[in-house]
Amino acid sequence: MVAPGPLRVVRCGGSTLCGAKAVFSADSYLLCASGDFVKMYSLATEETLRLMGGHADLVTGIQLNPHNHMQLYSSSLDGSIKLWDFMDGIPIKTFTVGPKLLALYALASSEDSVFVVIPKSGERDTFQLVAVKLTKAAGQDLEARELSVILDGVDASPKRIAFGREGEYVASVKEVHLQVYFFKQKQLNRFSVSTAKTKSGNNRFTCIACHPMEDCIATGHADGKIRLWRNFCHKKEYTFSTLHWHHDTVMDLAFSMEGTSLLSGGVESVLVLWRNESDRQKDFLPRLGSPIEYISVSSDGTLCCTLHTDNRITIINSNLRFSKSIQGLIKSKDVKTDLVVDPRTKALVLNGEPGHLQFYCLQSDQQLFSLDIVQRQYIHQAGLNQADLVKVAFSAEGNWLATVEEREEVTDPELQLKLWFYDEETQSFKLNTRINMPHEDHITDMCFRDMDELEDESLILVTAGRDRVFKVWVMVEDTDPEAQQSVSWSCDFVGSYHNYQATNCCFSEDGSLLAVSFEEAVTVWDSVTWDLKCTFCHPPGKIRSICFGRLMCAKYLIGATDHGFLCCWNLLSCALEWSAHLNVLVLQPDPLSEHIAAVSWLSKESSLFVFKPNEPRPIYIQRNLCKEKIKLAAFIPRDEPEMIGSEKYLWLRRSQLFFLTDTQELMTLSTKSLEERLTPSSKQLAVEESLPVTPFSLLLGRHRRQQSQEDIDLGKLVVRNKHEQDSPAVKELLHTPAHVLPSASFLCPIFINSLLISKEKKSDEEVADEVEMQSEKTEDDSDEERDVTEMEQEDTSPMELLGEITCKLSKSQEKELRKIRKMDYSWISAF
Amino acid sequence: MATYKPVVVQAFPKLGEKITQDTVYWRGYKTPVQIKEFGAIKKIDFSPVPPYNYAVTASSRIHIYGRYSQEPIKTFSRFKDAAYCATYRDDGNLLVAGSEEGSIRLFDVSGRAPLRQFDGHTKAVHVVGFLSDKYRIFSCGDDYSSSLWDIPCATEIVSYSEHSDYVRCGCASKVNADVFVTGSYDHTVKLFDARTKSSVMTIEHGQPVESVLLFPSGGLLVSAGGRYVKVWDVLKGGQLLVSLKNHHKTVTCLCLNSSGQRLLSGSLDRHVKIYSTTSYKVVHSFNYATSILSLALSPEDETIVVGMTDGVLNVKHRKPGERKEKSQKKRQPAYRTYVKGRTYMPKQEDFCVSKPVKRVLRKYDKLLRSFQSSKALDAVLEPPIRLYTPEVTVAVMQELHRRGTLRNALAGRDEKQINLLLTFVARRVIEPRFTSVLVTVADMITDIYQPVVGQSAIVDRQFLRLQEAIGKEIDYQEELLEVLGMMDTLFATFTNKGATYLKENKSNGLTEAIETNTNN
Repeated sequence: MVAPGPLRVVRCGGSTLCGAKAVFSADSYLLCASGDFVKMYSLATEETLRLMGGHADLVTGIQLNPHNHMQLYSSSLDGSIKLWDFMDGIPIKTFTVGPKLLALYALASSEDSVFVVIPKSGERDTFQLVAVKLTKAAGQDLEARELSVILDGVDASPKRIAFGREGEYVASVKEVHLQVYFFKQKQLNRFSVSTAKTKSGNNRFTCIACHPMEDCIATGHADGKIRLWRNFCHKKEYTFSTLHWHHDTVMDLAFSMEGTSLLSGGVESVLVLWRNESDRQKDFLPRLGSPIEYISVSSDGTLCCTLHTDNRITIINSNLRFSKSIQGLIKSKDVKTDLVVDPRTKALVLNGEPGHLQFYCLQSDQQLFSLDIVQRQYIHQAGLNQADLVKVAFSAEGNWLATVEEREEVTDPELQLKLWFYDEETQSFKLNTRINMPHEDHITDMCFRDMDELEDESLILVTAGRDRVFKVWVMVEDTDPEAQQSVSWSCDFVGSYHNYQATNCCFSEDGSLLAVSFEEAVTVWDSVTWDLKCTFCHPPGKIRSICFGRLMCAKYLIGATDHGFLCCWNLLSCALEWSAHLNVLVLQPDPLSEHIAAVSWLSKESSLFVFKPNEPRPIYIQRNLCKEKIKLAAFIPRDEPEMIGSEKYLWLRRSQLFFLTDTQELMTLSTKSLEERLTPSSKQLAVEESLPVTPFSLLLGRHRRQQSQEDIDLGKLVVRNKHEQDSPAVKELLHTPAHVLPSASFLCPIFINSLLISKEKKSDEEVADEVEMQSEKTEDDSDEERDVTEMEQEDTSPMELLGEITCKLSKSQEKELRKIRKMDYSWISAF
Repeated sequence: MATYKPVVVQAFPKLGEKITQDTVYWRGYKTPVQIKEFGAIKKIDFSPVPPYNYAVTASSRIHIYGRYSQEPIKTFSRFKDAAYCATYRDDGNLLVAGSEEGSIRLFDVSGRAPLRQFDGHTKAVHVVGFLSDKYRIFSCGDDYSSSLWDIPCATEIVSYSEHSDYVRCGCASKVNADVFVTGSYDHTVKLFDARTKSSVMTIEHGQPVESVLLFPSGGLLVSAGGRYVKVWDVLKGGQLLVSLKNHHKTVTCLCLNSSGQRLLSGSLDRHVKIYSTTSYKVVHSFNYATSILSLALSPEDETIVVGMTDGVLNVKHRKPGERKEKSQKKRQPAYRTYVKGRTYMPKQEDFCVSKPVKRVLRKYDKLLRSFQSSKALDAVLEPPIRLYTPEVTVAVMQELHRRGTLRNALAGRDEKQINLLLTFVARRVIEPRFTSVLVTVADMITDIYQPVVGQSAIVDRQFLRLQEAIGKEIDYQEELLEVLGMMDTLFATFTNKGATYLKENKSNGLTEAIETNTNN
């Protein structure tokens, strides 16, 4: 009975963590800017505890309020500074500054102002550091227009400005110049290093850090050197010493709390600890996985954390031991594999760390695990050509995984096809067969024959290559009884068509037909005899992607060409059924229904079309899906079919569409409002399912079942109402980390109370009222929320109105239903 | 945080035969001793008692050789024409032989003149043998008949004339003193019982039977004729158990090893095949210079003696087995030292300190981990790695190439080291599994050391060798491509379907790789 709101594009993972330095709160939490949000992680459990949204653009800086360590300032490109109470996740105040804010600094010595970097008005690419006076007036939304310029000509990057000992001076670097401004003396000193480019690269400044106790500035340079500046209050008699270990750009520097040691990191992904500012005493923490973007140190000095370019946070002990890592969707340099769904875990599978395959859980926004495919040491060095994973395919049951890795080389590319078998005992994939040079040139596509019932015997893998052939690989039993494994893979058939490059391959749903596209033509092969059955062609342009229809539409073959045509061929009549002019980038069939999603790229915006192959008219069109180019998309089956009110969105019932943009942000389409999405119902369900059956769980289970009963009776609204009423106690009990839980005796009464059925107190009228209020509230919420992240929709209001009407109409029915529900049926369970 | 991943050394599937227990066992013979006889060697028989002398029947003589002697220690030469089938009795004291003129002679091994002579066959007697009661002899001849003789009286006990062609092989049962088997050119094998007047079983082999053999248990019968070796179950009334076709010419002789686990067959195609008697699969095979007529294994498989058509006797002795390590091993710490403290279960209040697992890295991995390219290359050019595991050397070279530091690692070497490198490259560059990497290495070496060519005679010579090796390989590959082209035309004429043609093409590629490998 939910008002079928419009489909909203929702970001669900992969937003960049590299907007600003992470901040350790005084009590074991870590705060981090992530896209438009500020995330709060628990250092003990690595869990995301809170997601603070409110900014309309990228968050560029976060700082603890120096006067209240339970509050947090955040600045964003939308020109506002927000003050948060991060323990409760509520915004206290919003200061509107106006121009884009590029970095944020807060000082203990300055009473009521913070420092931000803004673009200089009237000039492009020049920035200035200004102090913003934050008024103490009452009210949530405040204006803060009182700006006083401190430094001109600073760099936009937040790493290039640092405040010195007790806020006495501020230092900023840009290109080859260092400027230091003393607040008290109002004196500005400028220094510069020689511009001459040396052999090892140039010596531009890249980052800066100030010693917390002494007058000392550390600067990092693009050639890997670190300079320690002293005596810079004099314009002439300044000195500096050099530390050199990094072979490439120093990305960030941080002093420890007492200033005895200096941490530096860079592209090499090695964290270097320099002791006593000397070249001799240094310690390393190597192989952190990816280049280090930011380093931050906790205020008590026991922990430090590094933010990496691939959106990962590594937490490191003070004795330079790796402690924990927080990782969501790992951003790889280039997602060459498709978005693939692991049939076993329903996780999204794509390129992760270089040479690894990441299994990303969509529900928990966490990486399940990372499978090392290439199994070679990755050297973090710019311009080095290393093997990476390019293709991935799962068999229907998820027992077999095929991967292709390649190393680009001018003369001959190194190619390897690997087949992995899922080992039940170790619960991971085990390498079964490795094939060197399966094709003489790059592999363009790969697919398994999906046959559910005859999994192992008839499993066939097809690879299409740029060497103008496609190859069929089959499993063969090993004849040698002493061999460790009983099966291995070998080539069974090699097919070609007029010496054209094979570009795509695809099996029909029943596995009887194989379609392989060769440049401009699509060929269809019998998968038993490997005879060429027929060919299809739609002249202008090469075939970009092909797929077969599913279920009722199994007789259709869909192909998209380079020249912007979408064609549908009928396999029974071998004729073109229909074609449409559409520049399709991604063609993705839904494995559970007949629907096919096509994402097109037209005049700088992506649009989504959903259609059934048997009719040329799309079922659903969403223009302006997002501004970025969409490279990959995938349908992920839902755990259980979702209730969807509107006919229009019926295609989202069985599975959910996810897509990955150019900037590697994972997005999805959702009918729910954000509020609903955030209540992690699926998460709770997952937890429940994995719980062993104990008397306690039975008790709890019955409690939940009652709830779901209501769900059926009254629809979502009342459930939400119920949910808010009694589940917090249970939720708190189950989901709060153990170390912050109060004693059990304290929790027990609350928990017991929550199990009591209290609804007899309320009259039917009251409940109904509440329902109405609730429904209004949700709409308000969704409205508010839409302002934040949602892309605007044309047909918003009529749909909403319609929803409200249906809601009201059903109220009397609801009452009846509620009466029915109040009747006690528990006696049935006795039987 | 990831740990260092060691260099992956690519394992290539071993082409050719696999090493099994059998290949190890049957390869454990020394190089053969060749003894020239006067004519084709028809029969070799080992004395069942130590010192395991063996009687070799060739032309009109019977030579008896000692175990390690290359000269006959005794000769029986009282035959006017060819002698056949000299066979020892179970106790090793008597020897019986047939002859071309139809008489059978019984010799005392220590004597010279025949003790007995049995006359009765009208044509040449090719098969004679003792029954297991030691007092009777069976014989078969070209007059299609088989007879039993009593040794003490030198009289014929019974005679069967059931075969319709020459009888050329026979064998007595070791279990039953009355049973013997004969095989004839009329394609049949017959089982006789001395207590009855006619054969008790006839088995149709299908080809002229050249050799028969009964298993020690007497339950299984092996017959060889034509290209087939067939095994029959006697107890089931002569049911065919398995038919083996592993030779491509007539199989002439059969033999069991001492344990009865392996069956050996020799053939005119110059091969001896060894079968397992459980799976009847060929587990090993020997190659000889000429066609094989006879074959014998000494007790304990100490010696394999093979007789050829050209009169060469090929004797292989087993290598003396490795002496067991007698040297006093260092006293190992007692078991309880190892388990000390390991079984201790930590209590709840105990503070556990886990000991990090120490990973053992190879020397080159340690050097690669610390980015010492030149030293890593040096480490894999050490003799044991370079000589015995060249794949490790090549894997490290490839890793260096991946890191882009191969050129630096190769540069700045002195004459001795360049010499070493070039020797390695010239020797291994033609192996298909190393070619792609080593060509790059060779390229770089030539690039780097081009300015110093002519300064050292040794290095110049190595460069020339490299050039020669690569030139040869190119010629060879060209020839192979020609052959491939020819075969393709042949296959194209055979097939009418495009698909099968492609399949053949693929397998050609495979055979080519195998050929290159074996030839290298």
